[in-house]
Amino acid sequence: MTATEPQADEVTDGVPVTIDGVEIMAKKGELLIAAAERHGVYIPRFCYHPRMKPVGMCRMCLVEVDTGRGPGLQPSCMLPVSDGMVVQTESDVAKKAQDGVLEFLLINHPLDCPVCDKGGECPLQDQTVAYGPGESRFVEEKRHFEKPIPISDIVYLDRERCILCDRCTRFAGDVAGDPLIHFQARGNETEVNTFPDEPFSSYFSGNTVQICPVGALTAKPYRFKARPWDLTEIASTATMDSVGSRITVQSSRNEVLRYLGVDSDPVNWGWLSDKERFSFEAWNADARLTGPLVRGDKLGNPTDSGDQLVGASWALALGKAGDALRDVDPEKVIVLGGSRMTTESQYAWAKLAKAVIGTDNVDAQLGDGPAAEVLLSLPRATIDQACAPGGTVLVVGADPKETHGALFLRLRHAAMHDGATILELNPRSSGLSQYAAQSLHALPGELGDVVGALAAGGAAGGCDADAIAAMAEALGAADAVTVVLGSGSLGEDPTVMAQAALRLAEQYPNATFLPALHRANVMGAIDAGLAPGMLPGRRRLAGSTAPDTWGSLPASAGLDAEAMLRKADAGDVEVAILLGCDPLADFPDAALAERAFNKVNHLISVDTHLNLTSTGADIVFPAAASATEVDGTFTNMEGRLSPIARKVTPPGTARPDWMIAAELAAQLADDLGFIDLDELWADFAAASPLHADLSMADIAEGGTEGVLLAGSSISRPPAPNVEMADSSDMRLIVTRKMYDAGTLLTNSPSLVELAAGASASINPAQFASLGFTDGDDVTVRSEVGSITLPVVADAGVPAGAVAIEFNQPNASAASLLDSARTVTTVSLERVS
Amino acid sequence: MSRLTEANVKIAHEIIARYPRPKSALIPLLHLAQEQDGWVSDEAMAHLAELVGVTPAEVRGTCTFYEMFKLHPVGTYMVNVCTNIACQLLGGEELLHHAEKTLGIRPGGTTSDGMFTLEDVECIAACTEAPCMQVNYRYGVRLSTDDFDEIIDDLRAGRTPDKLITANPGDQIPSHGTLGLTRQHLDPDKAAGIVPPEQVTENPVWLTTTKGDS
Ligand code: SF4
Ligand code: FES
Repeated sequence: MTATEPQADEVTDGVPVTIDGVEIMAKKGELLIAAAERHGVYIPRFCYHPRMKPVGMCRMCLVEVDTGRGPGLQPSCMLPVSDGMVVQTESDVAKKAQDGVLEFLLINHPLDCPVCDKGGECPLQDQTVAYGPGESRFVEEKRHFEKPIPISDIVYLDRERCILCDRCTRFAGDVAGDPLIHFQARGNETEVNTFPDEPFSSYFSGNTVQICPVGALTAKPYRFKARPWDLTEIASTATMDSVGSRITVQSSRNEVLRYLGVDSDPVNWGWLSDKERFSFEAWNADARLTGPLVRGDKLGNPTDSGDQLVGASWALALGKAGDALRDVDPEKVIVLGGSRMTTESQYAWAKLAKAVIGTDNVDAQLGDGPAAEVLLSLPRATIDQACAPGGTVLVVGADPKETHGALFLRLRHAAMHDGATILELNPRSSGLSQYAAQSLHALPGELGDVVGALAAGGAAGGCDADAIAAMAEALGAADAVTVVLGSGSLGEDPTVMAQAALRLAEQYPNATFLPALHRANVMGAIDAGLAPGMLPGRRRLAGSTAPDTWGSLPASAGLDAEAMLRKADAGDVEVAILLGCDPLADFPDAALAERAFNKVNHLISVDTHLNLTSTGADIVFPAAASATEVDGTFTNMEGRLSPIARKVTPPGTARPDWMIAAELAAQLADDLGFIDLDELWADFAAASPLHADLSMADIAEGGTEGVLLAGSSISRPPAPNVEMADSSDMRLIVTRKMYDAGTLLTNSPSLVELAAGASASINPAQFASLGFTDGDDVTVRSEVGSITLPVVADAGVPAGAVAIEFNQPNASAASLLDSARTVTTVSLERVS
Repeated sequence: MSRLTEANVKIAHEIIARYPRPKSALIPLLHLAQEQDGWVSDEAMAHLAELVGVTPAEVRGTCTFYEMFKLHPVGTYMVNVCTNIACQLLGGEELLHHAEKTLGIRPGGTTSDGMFTLEDVECIAACTEAPCMQVNYRYGVRLSTDDFDEIIDDLRAGRTPDKLITANPGDQIPSHGTLGLTRQHLDPDKAAGIVPPEQVTENPVWLTTTKGDS
């Protein structure tokens, strides 16, 4: 770089502004408070938040500004910079104003800092010390309110402490789109509150607690748990969905107490969904596995045979697992799951399965998303590309509000504030529908036809020709289309999504794709080779030679999750290994999963908690929680690598997943070739061209942005055919909700109650013609099972379909699903 | 108390249609709710939220900002006695005390027959006529305690009190919440075209000048 070249963050067509005697270059349109901060001058503030529109509520940011008409006090958070502006942030006048604002704020603010959760990290406390009056002149009685009042299941409000900064209410309205809290009354009586009996039940409520500049909002999981100065923290990545939101993990005395969102510009902007934020509770749960379990007798003796799961030593459990795996036909071993783990652990397990055991029957997805080969053949988009101002996003088979909270907030922002156009091609209405320019609901199984009709015209999949033509026009008019590609409905075979995605790629050669699959590190799993037919680094197994450190490869490409379960059902599987997954609850065909696991000879589970499936396992290995107890790497939906950091020690003798893989390799008289993470990474980098030039240190040094993997894709497979049997029966749509009966949520005391339960939603016209009334219960029956649940009329469901939420406490739609069919059809019958 | 009646829902839709965004109609709709019940109930607010597509919390936020929307049932007649400085100097407090005694209630209270709610209010903008009060926002001025009793007696007897100023002598005092005795209905084709602010391309009429206009 030569001296004349601009520095990276120097602004060339900037606005010269003098702040405290120093001339700086501000960006055009930038707010004074932000420009000052970028140049190292911190102006105190309460209401200003860089990710929200300023409102000028608190007046703490008053500074003296001279724009040629003489100096005057102006709120710097409301004032865009202008040419030649001269600003004094520390003049006597500015200081007196700030001092006065603080004195006013403190009139109504209780002095309960010693018992306030915010004490020690409180902007009001800190700024009073830094800018405020040394003493109080206030001798009157302060205001008193009932304290605190719950405004949702998670958040408490202490109105005495509120300084009316409007951050929480702006967040709820402008960012989350859930304006369920609002200023009420006026003047001295103003307070933040909800409508009576209508709680602030937003998926994003925890963010208000983080941004409240005082202790007015507190969250149940952290109340009275610690003082900020007792906490130590580490930068990490949230691991409940594939957004890869950046977080700070804080703990005290080896117990994780809180996650805070970190502002990563390309990813989550500091926001987290409540599921991301509070599910750490599951890692602290009493139900955590603390040692290996094996089948032993009723007296708890692991060496005697019996049918009880009893505690055992690692040596015994590993020995038993080794015995099960030794000399077994590799084709008869299946490995399911693994998206919970770090990318390093995923690599270790991929290597164990493929190079040591010799099976390619490995799948981190559980029959609920397009195959790795399809995903990797699509040109990848970043979140920023999907949310580009003025851009066009096509959301296909995804409901980010339910499954990828932080992505939803980014997309919502793009649509509401940045002029992006959202088009939606979902089986039923979603959390994005109200922000979408157009929503089409293809009937289950006919998504690919609707995509085809976007090019060919005509009506398809229950959508009329005009609507399809309108969407085709919007897509055609866009410079670049980003497709947010979800897993679709669980009631459909994954080939439906695959067909639609591949057709889209064919029809819109410039389109890029952002995979929004269920499961956290699922893209890491695919990149690490934990997918059938794939090797580390987005390479096909077929036609590849074994990586140097691998020795050998499986003889042939393996099966996906559904095919593995069918093989097991046919009695053809000896050993099944579950990597942090619960197919009995989570695979979209419960009957098949149940039959399959009944016939497997040895079921081995590696997990943090026992679940429905692993309660039936023969051997259970306790795993360290990937979020907080291990070091490693997370790969998000974009292919962005960010660190996962160990903050606390795992309970009991739980170990990182990769170590368990290495131990099992040793049992098989082999060696994975690494005994620590550095060696593991070196082995991985040697096996994956994608990661070859990277080290874990590079990823840590990537800061809040992490490291975006270079895009690389494999050749595009042809779009599969989708076979649809003709039937006039109602077709089943099964969608995921943020809160369900999943293992981690049921082990998080603050979240477990939030699963709303499943209901059967049908189009209002059909609801009426079938003679249902509100409050009716129905039995929904498919060829393989039935469940009983309330029926509701919902205009977001296309006629001819029934929509049910997956894996809810009151009903498991998995028991209706028949994975042998492209689409599950059902009948409804009122329960009298 | 209750949601809007069917007839009022029709009026509500008429009102909503006058604005580029439904939620802009909120204040007239709150008046409509108050006109129906005499006060604004939670149910009514929730109903308005449905009608204009916002959350009930937002409706409540708007409603509670305004003193004249009542969140609790009030009497048929809202009696507001001013005790601000000008009235206070000329007997406003005595008038209020007398009102308390006559009605048997404290400010904020409602008589058991549901006829009167008494309020102690700040300046009602009639200082030259102190002491004064309002009954459903109709003025009574330069009032003595006897005048007060006369007003109450008249109202109880169903007469229009002479001591209250009405547009025309003898006009009845409608019950609390009533905005007008007749409601204007606008033919849709006579309505002024409504343009959402973001679609406005020209300056408003009052901004255009004739001199040097470009
Ligand atoms: S509760 Fe907190 S964030 Fe909300 S207005 Fe009050 S001080 Fe601000
Ligand atoms: S930070 Fe500027 S007014 Fe609050």
